[in-house]
Amino acid sequence: MALQLPRDWRLQAQRYRLLGAKCRGCGRVVVPIRPVCPGCGSDDVETIKLSGRGEVYSYTVMYKVPDSFERSVPYVVALVRLEEGALISAQITDVEPEEVVVGLPVEVVFRQWRQYGADGHIVYGYKFRPVMPGMAATQ
Amino acid sequence: MKTVAPVGLVGYGAYVPRYRLAASEVAAVWQGGRDHLPVREKSVPGPDEDAVTMAVEAALNAVSRAQVDPAELGAVYVGSESHPYAVKPSSTMVAEAIGAGPSVLAASFEFACKAGTEALQAALGLVGAGMVPYALAIGSDTAQGRPSDELEYTAGAGAAALIVGPAEGALAVVEGSRSYVTDTPDFFRRAGQKYPRHGGRFTGEPGYFGHVLPAAEALLADLGHGPEDYAAVILHQPNAKFPAKAAADLGFRPEQWEIGLLVGQIGNAYAGSSLIGLTAVLDQAGPGDRILLVSFGSGAGSDAFSLVVTDKVSARQGLAPKTMDYVKRRRPIDYALYARYRGKLAV
Amino acid sequence: MVTSRQDCRTVYVVGVGQVPVGEHWDKSLRDLAVAALRAAVADGGGEAPGALMLGNMLGSTLSEQQHLGALIADWAGFRGIEAASVESACSSGAAALRQGYLAVKSGEHRLVAVLGAEKMTDSVNGLATAGLAMAADAESEAAIGLSFPAINALLMRRYMHEYGPEREDFAAFAMSSHANAVGNPNAMFRKAVSQKACLLAPTIADPVTLMDSAPMADGAAALILADAETAARLGRTGVRIAGSAVATDSLALQDRNELLYLEAVAASTERALAAANRSREDVDFFEVHDAFTIMSILSLEAAGYAPRGEGFRLAQEGVVVRGGRLPICTMGGLKARGHPVGATGVYQAVEAALQLRGAAGDCQVEGARVGLIQNIGGSGATVVTHVLEAE
Repeated sequence: MALQLPRDWRLQAQRYRLLGAKCRGCGRVVVPIRPVCPGCGSDDVETIKLSGRGEVYSYTVMYKVPDSFERSVPYVVALVRLEEGALISAQITDVEPEEVVVGLPVEVVFRQWRQYGADGHIVYGYKFRPVMPGMAATQ
Repeated sequence: MKTVAPVGLVGYGAYVPRYRLAASEVAAVWQGGRDHLPVREKSVPGPDEDAVTMAVEAALNAVSRAQVDPAELGAVYVGSESHPYAVKPSSTMVAEAIGAGPSVLAASFEFACKAGTEALQAALGLVGAGMVPYALAIGSDTAQGRPSDELEYTAGAGAAALIVGPAEGALAVVEGSRSYVTDTPDFFRRAGQKYPRHGGRFTGEPGYFGHVLPAAEALLADLGHGPEDYAAVILHQPNAKFPAKAAADLGFRPEQWEIGLLVGQIGNAYAGSSLIGLTAVLDQAGPGDRILLVSFGSGAGSDAFSLVVTDKVSARQGLAPKTMDYVKRRRPIDYALYARYRGKLAV
Repeated sequence: MVTSRQDCRTVYVVGVGQVPVGEHWDKSLRDLAVAALRAAVADGGGEAPGALMLGNMLGSTLSEQQHLGALIADWAGFRGIEAASVESACSSGAAALRQGYLAVKSGEHRLVAVLGAEKMTDSVNGLATAGLAMAADAESEAAIGLSFPAINALLMRRYMHEYGPEREDFAAFAMSSHANAVGNPNAMFRKAVSQKACLLAPTIADPVTLMDSAPMADGAAALILADAETAARLGRTGVRIAGSAVATDSLALQDRNELLYLEAVAASTERALAAANRSREDVDFFEVHDAFTIMSILSLEAAGYAPRGEGFRLAQEGVVVRGGRLPICTMGGLKARGHPVGATGVYQAVEAALQLRGAAGDCQVEGARVGLIQNIGGSGATVVTHVLEAE
């Protein structure tokens, strides 16, 4: 399998720490970071760290999955509506598929995304899980 | 050992994955006896977890409690025997994920189950010498036991992270520490091998007790303390029996060790084992409580630490999930799913 | 017809050709392409086109072949002509049609071949699934493990959550497409399906089932376009392209302004109808991009044929089935004719031309004069709409 080391490395910071872009013009927040606001067209956008809290907006359970994603089959992928208003596609982890519903409160965690075989690199990034019971606060 | 400048823990955090494998599941598959199982159940990491992902969550919990900007961390140390890469430091991945560095000392430690406390010793030295304001020490493991081996009942997963800083901002001040090592081949894993080998009962007297007891005794002697001076004691916990016996041999009472003894519920989290116990104790500690922590790593050695909790603890306990929140968050799985999640199926 | 430079040239469809959609184990990408192209050229009077615009999505991934324009021009016997391939995921075929249309409309060429060709069965290890996922955003969707059916499942789940359709409402779209394919000799599945079969179909990406999704397939279809003078000379002025438009939206679902409103469908439909000087009510049939049942529903809503949240009723209520007020997918659509991705848009145009010629056989929509065809790339990121009319 081809190792896309430079690409995965380039995107690391925003995937590891869930960074997004916020438009200084219209205030729209998007993930991933992009240079021009898709809402108003302004290029006055800043990188922000997102809170990592949100709720499930839509979801699916995947049984047939792309190569190098087999480890977690079946897995749940959702559109999560973040507190900041942005939607983000992400896996929901630490959950049974039947526990997921639209509106489920979730929080970001750092997990493996995929492994390029036993001798390739491991890609890490954001996923979400149901909010931990007892979770009083995060950073 | 004592640092030049007084230091302590400014933050702490734990992580335990949610899956649990009952010891009876292992016994059922391998025709093991149902009596005298070493633990009730053990924690199992999910298919998208490893020592780095667990270390990151524990570290973020520690950062939340310390209220320290990760950019101020001068060192990120990760101790594990299950680093996801044989060559490529776990510490740089953790540093990147929590937002530390790039101007940070990052290193991965390995010393079987005491890799985490070894990282803590190094962090104490660095901060105590005034080289960095804060240092992060983590013990994290997704331990593997060979199918059918007695270790398979207990080899669990979890992580704990401690942020060391100046004593004046600490929630627990470190009074002193000790390390005690010998060349004892009680347990090892050769390079390239997936599963470790161990010496059976040889891991007991010459291994565990032969290091935990002298390390603890030496530290108590250094400080002029006796068991009665401590609110809690946490010893490395490969099973429920060893730490209870060692603590009793040292003169401690069950109420002093039970609070930090989690092996029955999460198994042996290796480099995370005694440190997770410490976090559970800190979650409930009050100002003035004195805590004794003694790790053990095969090969073999122990690190011992004596801490005194300060009045800063109560404001920080609630700033991240408590260790028992993770312990109680459990989903039992059967041996088949466990075998799949842990890569024990040939695919 | 052409009176001055200011007058837009009228573009006619003078020839059509296609190979049956299916699993062509014994044929390569170039075999399929050449067969369809030569059939269209023959149908259009046999003259060599001046240019070839070729739509294809997966040649590089599955057949390890790029540079298809020159390759197919050469292999089909037209070495030397202008040729290029066009890619916009599942709308590559209609995007090629758009380029062919512009080439004639601009006066640059008088006779242009448009070809859509796809060979999806050459790789057996899930590479086609990975290739299709390239229609989505590689860095924010494919990277986290989303497949293309899963992206449609996210749309379908939210739609079900907001508007409450039943599984039977989705099934009615699949049943309609299958019923329509029975009469199409080039369809992959010439077999009607029961509601029960739809409801019991295995899940691919919950809630999307096998019967919600169009099948992967091999196929190639071609059109010959000509300007008015050439069409008249060839005696083939029966069908013309009255409107043509493309609109785009974000690749990633997460970046849409409104998840359940396909803005590019609305915009390109609006522009194509305006160019044709037609209203929605003038349309006699609508070749919808029914890659997934949810896409049919969202397309009908965004195109203005149903209020938002009401489109799911149109199949059960008989509006969009054969004999209804607005038949869709008249020769089986993507669901039953089959969905050879980069070729699909050209199949739609071939089928519309046959309807307007009155040559659609058992699939004929009686009295069809105006056909709307729409080909969608990704989950709505590229939408190509054409209006074809009988003269």
